[in-house]
Amino acid sequence: MIEVKNITKTYQTGDIAFQALKDVSFKIDDGEFVAIMGPSGSGKSTMMHILGALDTPTSGKYFLDGKDVSKFTDDELADIRKDKIGFVFQSFNLLPRTTVLRNVMLPLIYDQVPKEEREERARKSLLAAGMDEGHFLHKSNQLSGGQIQRVAIARALVNNPTIILADEPTGNLDTKTGEIVLGTFQKLNKEQNRTIILITHEHDVAEHADRIIFIRDGQIVTDKKDHQKRVIHHTK
Amino acid sequence: MHIFDILEETYSALMANKVRTFLTVLGIVIGIASVIAMISIGQGAQSSITSSIESTGSNLIMITPGAQRSIGGGVNTGRGAAKTLKSTDAEAIKTSVAGVQAITSELSSRYQVAAKGTNTNTTVDGTDAGYTAVRNIEIDTGTFITDQNLKNLSKVAVLGPTTAVDLFGDGADPIGQIIKINSIQFKVIGVTKAKGGSGFNNQDDKVYIPLSTAQKFLAGDEYVSQISVQAASTDQMTQIQSDITDLLLERHKIADPTAADFTVMNQNDIVAALSTVTSTLTILLAAVAGISLIVGGIGIMNMMLTTVTERTREIGLRKAIGAKRKDITLQFLIEAVALTFVGGLVGVALGWGIAYVVSYLNIIQTSVSLSSVLLAFGVSAAIGIIFGYYPASRASKLNPIDALRYE
Repeated sequence: MIEVKNITKTYQTGDIAFQALKDVSFKIDDGEFVAIMGPSGSGKSTMMHILGALDTPTSGKYFLDGKDVSKFTDDELADIRKDKIGFVFQSFNLLPRTTVLRNVMLPLIYDQVPKEEREERARKSLLAAGMDEGHFLHKSNQLSGGQIQRVAIARALVNNPTIILADEPTGNLDTKTGEIVLGTFQKLNKEQNRTIILITHEHDVAEHADRIIFIRDGQIVTDKKDHQKRVIHHTK
Repeated sequence: MHIFDILEETYSALMANKVRTFLTVLGIVIGIASVIAMISIGQGAQSSITSSIESTGSNLIMITPGAQRSIGGGVNTGRGAAKTLKSTDAEAIKTSVAGVQAITSELSSRYQVAAKGTNTNTTVDGTDAGYTAVRNIEIDTGTFITDQNLKNLSKVAVLGPTTAVDLFGDGADPIGQIIKINSIQFKVIGVTKAKGGSGFNNQDDKVYIPLSTAQKFLAGDEYVSQISVQAASTDQMTQIQSDITDLLLERHKIADPTAADFTVMNQNDIVAALSTVTSTLTILLAAVAGISLIVGGIGIMNMMLTTVTERTREIGLRKAIGAKRKDITLQFLIEAVALTFVGGLVGVALGWGIAYVVSYLNIIQTSVSLSSVLLAFGVSAAIGIIFGYYPASRASKLNPIDALRYE
């Protein structure tokens, strides 16, 4: 469970202070599929960095599974990212010239998981993310954009995180491939009850989530669940 | 992160850019190889000089006549050319200095030596029976000069093997033949065993005659050009050296030791002096080679800094999925150390090869010592750590957000 209480983030550049987030509070329960939406400069990236334990807020508290991580050190944050969060980024998601399987096993290396167990877990995640077994030993640079994002989703799943954070995961994809990736998130949310937080600036993309938090100028404008949800139906 | 995983990551990272990795390692290879080769050649030179000196006899103390200084700064005669040492000095040393195992006097000079139809210019050494013991000379055929020869002023000669070949040709038996030194006939009674060229004083190219004969018929006086003393043990050498100095000062009636008309040299001093020279040269050579090692290290640092910049986004990604600072530092540090380790390994092999070729071509007998290998290896590992640390810590300090955004 995620609980954000009165979070403020201020960036200081010389004499000029810029408030990216102003007194933001919300709660996300386990198993929710939330989209955090907003135009560029709205503070949604800053929100994602804080939720992803890549950064800490200037003030306020951030409870992740009951633990206040807002004052954690670099190494403590690394542990949080390792154990509780899975990332899917817009670009540069995979290590170049490295096989699909190795890419997915990467988080487990930092988690001291025994070698035999790693491959098994990676295969399971890849199948859950909808990857064909035939691609497991392909190098990452031989994959299409949609396949890369599926591998990235598999890697985000592999350490059994509390939340999966996806930062513009369809930003580099065409509409059709983007739909497939979003469908994968929906499936994981529904079938495995994973918490998914999707960061996007596109309304079309946000509509795939159950709940949309709209941010502008560092503040929550709307937080609604009553929109017309777009559901992707999978063929397989 | 297990060490095995780090090594696997390192391998794939280094193999991703083979040419760059190869060139960077080459810098270390050249550095290490030249350090090893230079040290082994230097040590080879040192041991060859030492053994060359020691082949002239062990625990030697040599007394040579010094130039007598004329008062008021007149012309000084060359050291060793002066006539200040007599056979009686040698006898006095033998009887009154403790710890003398053997003693021999020499009067040497170069003469044209002729046999039937041939002649050669060589050193004629007037000496006594003690010479073989002091100077490590062995007789191949015939006999060496005896006390009887000295007493009788016998006109007999013992030839060095080189001289024997020069005068009588290969394989001929010179024993009983007649040679002429300064138009005086000598009968050959022996040939010494070959000792191999020993640099300053080739003992294979010599003619030995009795000292008394040399003094009477060749020099016409009773002086000697060198007295060589063999000490019973190495520990006693300094004591014997000073005893001899005191004795000769007294005998020559010189009160001021700085005005001594002779020089007493300790063989160990000569070895030590020459060793200092060769080890200084070795250090110089190794230092030059060491500079190339440092240049190689800078090459590593350069490559690692480039790598860190190139892989900024990879570092960001690794951090995002849970890599700690320590993990990133270790990964890049081990990459640098792996480069120097491989470079060190190849460099040691190459340096060893160079040393072997130098030995094989008979330029100098080199010896690769374990200490130089360990030194080179330690230095290369240290270079990897020192020059790899800065890029590695820079990588580990990258903020994951900035690193992921890096274009």
